[in-house]
Amino acid sequence: MSVFSRKFRDKTALFWMIISLVILLLMPILLAIGLYLKSLPILNGQSFWELISESDWKPMQGKFGFLPFITSSLWVTFLSVIIAAPVCILTAIYLTQYARKKVLAFMHPVIDILAGLPSVIYGVWGVLIVVPFISKTVAPFFGLQTSGYTILAGAIVLSIMVIPFILNILIEVFRTIPEELTEASLSVGATKWETIKYVLLKKAYPGIISATGLGVARAFGETIAVLMVVGNVVKVPSSIFDSGYPLPALIANNYGEMLSIPKYDSALMLAALILFGIVLLFNFLSRMAIIRSEKNQ
Amino acid sequence: MKSKIDIKNLNLFIGKQQILKNVNVQIPENKITIILGPSGCGKTTLLKSLNRLTDLYEDVKVSGEIIIDNEDILHSSQDVTAIRKKMGLLAQRPYPLPMSIYKNVAYGIRISESENKKTIPQRVEHHLKQVNLWDEVKDRLNSPASRLSIGQQQRLCLARGLAVNPEIILADEPTSALDPISSQAIEEKFIELKEQYTVVMVTHILRQARRIADYVIFMYLGEVVECGTAEEFFTNPKEEKTKAYIKGAFN
Ligand SMILES: Nc1ncnc2c1ncn2[C@@H]1O[C@H](COP(=O)(O)OP(=O)(O)O)[C@@H](O)[C@H]1O
Ligand SMILES: [Mg+2]
Repeated sequence: MSVFSRKFRDKTALFWMIISLVILLLMPILLAIGLYLKSLPILNGQSFWELISESDWKPMQGKFGFLPFITSSLWVTFLSVIIAAPVCILTAIYLTQYARKKVLAFMHPVIDILAGLPSVIYGVWGVLIVVPFISKTVAPFFGLQTSGYTILAGAIVLSIMVIPFILNILIEVFRTIPEELTEASLSVGATKWETIKYVLLKKAYPGIISATGLGVARAFGETIAVLMVVGNVVKVPSSIFDSGYPLPALIANNYGEMLSIPKYDSALMLAALILFGIVLLFNFLSRMAIIRSEKNQ
Repeated sequence: MKSKIDIKNLNLFIGKQQILKNVNVQIPENKITIILGPSGCGKTTLLKSLNRLTDLYEDVKVSGEIIIDNEDILHSSQDVTAIRKKMGLLAQRPYPLPMSIYKNVAYGIRISESENKKTIPQRVEHHLKQVNLWDEVKDRLNSPASRLSIGQQQRLCLARGLAVNPEIILADEPTSALDPISSQAIEEKFIELKEQYTVVMVTHILRQARRIADYVIFMYLGEVVECGTAEEFFTNPKEEKTKAYIKGAFN
């Protein structure tokens, strides 16, 4: 091959790499612009604030209040991460500080498999196990009656789904803490648990925030598994034993149907835009938190 | 010469690999003892066996005795945290705890002594002065320790170790990450500290050993080849390996 053609190939390869990068960077922006343009019809009729603070959802009458969906999403997401985060932190500490190296080596692929399972499988598991468990055991324990298709069911299923994701990050976080830090703490007379509590957790704090924040962002967008167990009732939930109707479920259940209703598709696009915005916001906030706490170490 | 640490027939295996082979040495009190030897010969492992940090290794087997103050710390009924508190540790690079300068020094006191909380500020000040760091940090005690320069961090780590009133200072190539001036500060500090403490320091820098050693332990492939006073060791080495090492054949 001539020098010229080799150089040419070199250049073309570089060209395509840069193009791919630009596409990657433009994707979210184009996505946001597209969603925004599509939701203009509904935004022109009503103010954005009004739309997200109204809880009346009657598309036939032209009433589009997004509050039930937004609150359902927030409930399910935060509850799931509140369940998942402590489990992940304790597991990561156990695997990196107490277990033998072999155990961690064994757990890594297991966690990857769990993270890679299709979400519909978690949904089915939720319908078969979690929903009946809530309706037959948990709710009666609190003296309540429900079908089991609740915010709580959604949160439990979702927490199981985000655990491998958060856990993977946390294992990495704890593994990268230098051993010398542990030794420094032990050598002034601290016990192992004191070292974990006062030194390792503190050192891992930015990583824990970031893992949790990314977990929130991921949980927020999860669709299928949640919509299978959460009940899909349009109502602002007032307890974890209420049914809910998260944003992704709204879009997935309705897009492509009933589009003859005026502004309906525009409303769904706005739902997608809100979802997109909130996920971005959580990503942004968790990154800010990391930067701030890293500065303070 | 009174010995502070008496190591008898110490063998250490990690898995099937023998890292320390029948080590028999005495470390004198209120002297600087230098553990010398090429990299990988087991200096760090020997140092860490003294305060039982080798317990952290997976699949480690230790036999023999390490006697400190008439007690075999390898088979002691004492709590391991109490044994470790007797020895301040300085690592190859400074590892300040992820907290403020003040809290780094106060950490060990707070953890191990539930009484005299009131005296902590004075003790922190005392130990920061002891390592000549006080003047540099007295106006920013609450800022994160990681903002200090590497040399300052290493002195802070020394103060952190001294704060729990140890009797022995263990240092593993404590100047290897430092600039010449900071290194010199540490060396001078050690010479000063040996009045009150027994200093055990690992190094692979021959010149450093010449500068500060009172007593030298020379290791090679997990064995102690020769040990003795610095004067004997450098002017009249007995073993061929030692002679070669002093001439620089290993570097
Ligand atoms: N945690 C460990 N697991 C297995 N082998 C180790 C471990 N730490 C040290 N070793 C081995 O022990 C030997 C001595 O290491 P070390 O004491 O660190 O030597 P030095 O400090 O003299 O460079 C080396 O061969 C090293 O590979
Ligand atoms: Mg070493």
